[in-house]
Amino acid sequence: MLTSIQIVLLIFILFALSRVMLRLREKILSTQVAFFWIIVWIAALVGILLPATTSKLAQFFGVGRGVDVIVYISLTLLFYLVFRIYVMIEDLRHEITEIVRHIALQKTIKSPRKNRSKKIKK
Amino acid sequence: MKAAIVLPAFNESAVIYKILKSLPKRLEGISEVDVVVVNDGSQDSTLTEAARASVDVISHSLNRGVGAATKTGIYWAKKNKADVIVTFDADGQHDPRDIQKIIKPIIDKKADVVIGSRFKRRSEMPPDRFLLNLFANLATFILFGVFSTDSQSGLRAFSKKAASLIDTRLDRMDFSSEVLLEAKRHDLKVLEVPTSVIYTSYSRAKGQKNTNALPILARLLVKLLR
Repeated sequence: MLTSIQIVLLIFILFALSRVMLRLREKILSTQVAFFWIIVWIAALVGILLPATTSKLAQFFGVGRGVDVIVYISLTLLFYLVFRIYVMIEDLRHEITEIVRHIALQKTIKSPRKNRSKKIKK
Repeated sequence: MKAAIVLPAFNESAVIYKILKSLPKRLEGISEVDVVVVNDGSQDSTLTEAARASVDVISHSLNRGVGAATKTGIYWAKKNKADVIVTFDADGQHDPRDIQKIIKPIIDKKADVVIGSRFKRRSEMPPDRFLLNLFANLATFILFGVFSTDSQSGLRAFSKKAASLIDTRLDRMDFSSEVLLEAKRHDLKVLEVPTSVIYTSYSRAKGQKNTNALPILARLLVKLLR
């Protein structure tokens, strides 16, 4: 028999999985990224429906409880994802700068002094 | 030999005209001096004030930071076949007479990159700025293994070779440290020359905020770890 927390989490994970599938269909997510998220959510699904697996995992890693090992893995993963997002934002900023630079260099305002000397040369 | 003076400017309408007019028109060992202002998405009249001073002006449509603006100016100077490129802050903290001093080692082929060090005359710097700069120099040394007495100085000179080899990615003040890293990577000769610093209430308010130090450090770390 499922407990109420299991039911709530189950509904949430099914919702999250449906979002992954939708974004994949819209081609917003690449196949690799969608695959990564599907694995994450299926792992969470297994952990919720078969809590004994997390205890086995905890035993394997030498951690006391199943819940603890989940928290440790989740935190590590979250920190890594935040870092990846930070790098991605920096890359985006860099790309914006490149575009702004490109446009700016095409529209240089020439000093009137130089224009005059060029006209004289002609 | 042709020189280009690059001034990255963001909301400097109050002082930019005066600064541009104070720049030397002739330099020893240089046949032609070009001045370019990179207006970095200013919201005031920096653009018109700079154009009024009869210099070339490049305008970023969005504010991208001092590093990005400097890089745009250097790019422009390279396109205009400058042999020596000088970067000069547009807030009036540098003495225009120092330009001759910092380009001399490049003309004499004694250096590829010259840094106008404000640190060598410590008495001219307010104590909080001294500490902040010390922190920046230390961070540059720990992260990049390059020591400079003024890693954040905006008054610098680059040879043609240095300008073509140095390729920076960072857009803001952290760009200053990145230049040193790039110079080290390409085995360029870096020289420091003591220069004056004019800390007015205007240039202090315009310059780096003391609280910016941590985000800058974070970005430098990401550059290393990415």
